[in-house]
Amino acid sequence: MTISKNSFLTFSSFLLLLLGACRNESSAPIGLADGDQISYNFHIRPILSDKCFACHGPDANKREADLRLDTEEGAFAALKESPGKFALVSGRPNESEVYHRITSEDPGELMPPPESNLSLTAQEIELIKRWIEQGAKYEPHWAFMKIEKPSLPETDWGTNEIDRFIFSKMSQKGLEPNKEADSYSLIKRACLDLTGLPPSPEILEAYAGFPEGHSYEDLIDELLNQPAYGEKMAILWLDISRYSDSYGYQDDNIRTQWPYRDWLIHAFNKNMPYDQFLTWQLAGDLLPNPTKEQILATAFNRNHKYTEEGGVIPEEYRIEYVLDKTNTFSKGILGITMECAQCHDHKYDPISQKEYYELFAFFNNSKEKGFEGDVSQSKPAKSPILWVEREDLDGILSFINHQDTSRLSISVMGELEGEEKRTTFILDRGVYDAPTIPVEVSTPKSILEFPENFEKNRLGLAKWATEKENPLTSRVFVNLVWQEIFGRGIVKSAGDFGMQGDLPTHPELLNWLAADFMENGWDIKRLHKQIMLSSTYRQSASLSKKHLEIDPDNYYLARAPRLRLPAENIQDLVLASSGLLVREIGGPSIKPYQPSGLWEAATSGRGVLATYVQDKGEKLYRRGIYNFIKLTVPPPKAIIFDSSNRDRCEITRNRTNTPLQALVMLNDPMVLEASRVLSTKLSEKYKDHESAIEEAFKRIVCREMKSSERSLILDYYESELEEFQANPEKSKQILDVGEYPMNPEAITPENAALMQVIVSLYNLEETITKS
Amino acid sequence: MEKEILENGLNHNRRKFLSRLSLGIGSAALGSLLIPDLFTGKKEAEDSLMRALPHFAPKAKRIIYLFQNGAPSQLETFDYKPLLQKNFGEELPESIRMGQRLTGMTAGQKSFPLVGSYFEFNQYGQSRAWISSLFPHLASVVDDLCIVKSMHTEAINHDPALTFFQTGAQVGNRPSMGSWLSYGLGSENENLPAFCVLLSRGKGNGQGVYSKLWSNGFLDAKHQGVQFSNSEDPVLYLSDPHGMSRDQRRKMLDQIAAMNDLSYQEFNDPQITAKVQQYEMAFRMQTAVPEITDVTKESDSIIKLYGPDCLVPGTYAANCLLARKLSENGVRFVQLYHQGWDAHDNLPNQMIGQAKDVDQASAALITDLKQRGLLDETLVIWGGEFGRTNYCQGKIAPENYGRDHHPRAFSIFMAGGGVKSGIVYGETDDFGYNIVENPVHVHDFQATVLHLMGIDHEKLTYKHLGRRYRLTDVHGNVVKDLIA
Repeated sequence: MTISKNSFLTFSSFLLLLLGACRNESSAPIGLADGDQISYNFHIRPILSDKCFACHGPDANKREADLRLDTEEGAFAALKESPGKFALVSGRPNESEVYHRITSEDPGELMPPPESNLSLTAQEIELIKRWIEQGAKYEPHWAFMKIEKPSLPETDWGTNEIDRFIFSKMSQKGLEPNKEADSYSLIKRACLDLTGLPPSPEILEAYAGFPEGHSYEDLIDELLNQPAYGEKMAILWLDISRYSDSYGYQDDNIRTQWPYRDWLIHAFNKNMPYDQFLTWQLAGDLLPNPTKEQILATAFNRNHKYTEEGGVIPEEYRIEYVLDKTNTFSKGILGITMECAQCHDHKYDPISQKEYYELFAFFNNSKEKGFEGDVSQSKPAKSPILWVEREDLDGILSFINHQDTSRLSISVMGELEGEEKRTTFILDRGVYDAPTIPVEVSTPKSILEFPENFEKNRLGLAKWATEKENPLTSRVFVNLVWQEIFGRGIVKSAGDFGMQGDLPTHPELLNWLAADFMENGWDIKRLHKQIMLSSTYRQSASLSKKHLEIDPDNYYLARAPRLRLPAENIQDLVLASSGLLVREIGGPSIKPYQPSGLWEAATSGRGVLATYVQDKGEKLYRRGIYNFIKLTVPPPKAIIFDSSNRDRCEITRNRTNTPLQALVMLNDPMVLEASRVLSTKLSEKYKDHESAIEEAFKRIVCREMKSSERSLILDYYESELEEFQANPEKSKQILDVGEYPMNPEAITPENAALMQVIVSLYNLEETITKS
Repeated sequence: MEKEILENGLNHNRRKFLSRLSLGIGSAALGSLLIPDLFTGKKEAEDSLMRALPHFAPKAKRIIYLFQNGAPSQLETFDYKPLLQKNFGEELPESIRMGQRLTGMTAGQKSFPLVGSYFEFNQYGQSRAWISSLFPHLASVVDDLCIVKSMHTEAINHDPALTFFQTGAQVGNRPSMGSWLSYGLGSENENLPAFCVLLSRGKGNGQGVYSKLWSNGFLDAKHQGVQFSNSEDPVLYLSDPHGMSRDQRRKMLDQIAAMNDLSYQEFNDPQITAKVQQYEMAFRMQTAVPEITDVTKESDSIIKLYGPDCLVPGTYAANCLLARKLSENGVRFVQLYHQGWDAHDNLPNQMIGQAKDVDQASAALITDLKQRGLLDETLVIWGGEFGRTNYCQGKIAPENYGRDHHPRAFSIFMAGGGVKSGIVYGETDDFGYNIVENPVHVHDFQATVLHLMGIDHEKLTYKHLGRRYRLTDVHGNVVKDLIA
């Protein structure tokens, strides 16, 4: 794009004018948040990192003009190629080569160079100028600084500490908090957040208005103790640990990792402290006299894809698996995307290629093979394997829902010893057959040096990750919990706390929560309760004009967010509210209704998953978390509703809105069957359709119907009834959906009309939205 | 007629609601525009490169990619090597192989005997291009083809090689080519997805396809490839349930919209409007998609052109015809996969079957587009994920042999959409093993395809987790010699 700088500046000035005219005093023209002080971390580094560091940053091999702008020493040193000149001169933009070059009219001098396709905005240039004027002070990257508990802002709103931070920030933006949501909304919201299930009519009844003995806090306690809590929490961790029920790659045969999923649910339900939760998963096999439960947890490292393609070069794939483990650890637990350093020094974050392979070395001594034969020799687990016997299921592994007498095998970790240990090399360009320099295990120094006295294996790595000095682990996890509840983390890029990641909207709150979490024993349920008891969480979700003007994206939380439910919980809501849900926990994954031909169209024809064999009976009505995930053809509804395809570690799902989602809710046999079963049940229970509709509404929308809604729904019911009365055979057709038995006497126009009403209720925006 | 009634019979409330809501969304968007956001990283000039799309006048508006999944042998299609026939059974010279890596399937072979094509080759058209006797129909349109004999890739196994071709990286959850185009250029038809995927399978050795090949990766889900199926619903969940008329569906949507309107009055959330609009688009798709996928109204001459298989849903021929119909209705990117080309053994027999599946329909698609005046603006691509070895895998006989994977040189062709017609580009050595002239890397191919669509491959970027991603990663050069 060639846009002359003059016209560009003019456009920007125009925007600035607009801003001046339209916005109130809450934000200065250049978008500064707090006063006039320019912060390196919050204003300057994002610009330099995005536009300059690729050539003047940590990657020594790609550095231009030997100039480094990511460190203070580099930026203030005399320029090698222009003696007597300096990139930065404190307080003097006009003497600083940086300022000169970013404002140059000469395309040969201009930075970033036009051919990079990058350019600075007038606003960014102005920020850099003011930063230099103020002394061009550098700061360490915020996320790599030790976590210190900040003092609390002085405010007079709210219930707990969280509210002080939130209120103080929103006040600065000229916003006031919404009032507390009504009790029905709060009950639905809390149930969905803690259990992923809608409130039953009984819960709604008991807690409506939060009477004595049924306070809001009582509700939170009750929900935290339900087994559904673990199921809800496990979904995020299944995305992080890229859990699936098949091996991936071309023939994509079945594997047995689901006992790991059962363990996750169990661990969340018994509120295992997060540091222990991580340690077991990273290195349970290396603990002294490990139990089978501790070894099972290490399946975390083995959920990645595994090739069964004949003719592969085993080492190429073994290296691929180790890379996947390394990247999952760094992204899911440290919140740093390190993949770049696999091939070269990281361009933005201070992580060298050497440091990447030092981290890789922790995972490189597993007794794993790259290839154990093609699909014709496929087994449900690949070595190292944990064998689970009947006595284990009756004892320490009783949380595994295994009904028959067969032995179970699960892919887990196991370490090579002594002579067998592998030497890890830096791999040139990340290629498996291009080893260069040998390295020892270690961790990136810019995050936290690896202590001498820690074991030089995964157990040492787990200790390093859960060390109180580690600046990332706790911040990243509290941010994930925040993301799950508010729809977006305090750091929006939950998987990237590095230089290129988003800045925290509430840095002090993040630090406070992270410090508090560690001080209180990494107690996950406590963290949930803390957030859910806050007044911030309890606000109503309605938007005012002011919200839309000042904060349309709700960064400052002057209202509760409105969020579409994740795929699994949509299924849960439909099945639970219709009464079809089967509340069994864990066990082998299940194959619900699915449009025909999907697996068959994409299969190589080999392996037991070549054709989709749908389950029958109760298995059709299990929670969404238990749906079978075949990696090459993941469940279509889950993908349509933005689930992870589980190909790699994912920690944030998108939340999109597409016509395909509308088609699912309107035509999916699961929704239609649930509607039919509920309408039949209610037709039998009530003599009059008004009462039936009343209860259906309460079960599905989780509140009382308003009179305006009542008249719309009753009119709709009447018009559908007319339709079915005029065409009685259509009642039979519409009610003929799903495998759940149907009482022939209930095949009536009345029931068909009621079913249509229920389908329409499931399709309301509010129904599948947490608000 | 029924359609008219449905469209004119819009419930008054809903119409009012929609118009009110579109206003609401407009003001919300304006609101966010006016707030320079320090936290999202979206600054005013961000995406200015994206806004300039297309970056220059496009030669092609749409793409139909006929992916030959499993890797057809270049030595039995377009790369004629008489030396291999002459030197049948002789050892592949080390001076040609140069120690380059082999797959685990043949790395253990003691001997690498050369084997030539069982099928004879002839020259066709004004270009005098060599084409094997397996493809008489393609031979008849040879002067519309732009044959590239010097493709090379980095991967040696199917999954990474396919993923590399479609997403620009061997591993990882990157957006596929169709998703990038949907993201960059959007849709030409608001009732159809911008990126459609059609699957078929031949009798040859298959390698499976994976939905990640048409994944949107980190892009918005609306850029995901929509897989059309051969079952009753061409698009998943498209059909209304039995017993429900279109009129009833319309009424239900009106009811839902009216209820959502009440909710909007309470929450003022623009998301509610967006939801209602998606339901409206779903309703339109329910009419538009079956109309387009219905081949019964095609003329006899068209059926004859594509061959009788085009009336059998799920065949390659049916998918080619469907691809033409989707494309002419504005679908930006139609991706076909035809499985079965992975002939490690029994290659001549497998090739006969596979060629029979695809030859006539591939040629028919080109002819059909041309006669409709659409070929100039539609780029057709035909090819697999890599090539096959010049030496035999397993037992060798002139009429029965196999070939292993070969990433170092293979052939594809393109047609229409601004590529030169009637040319053959690139050359391999006499053994058909190494490229000796004008190599085209997968990233070069991707850069060229984007270029034809009016996109500078270095400027079509998306920032995700701190990095700007491209289809071509940090590589790729446009092959100008291929462009008309």
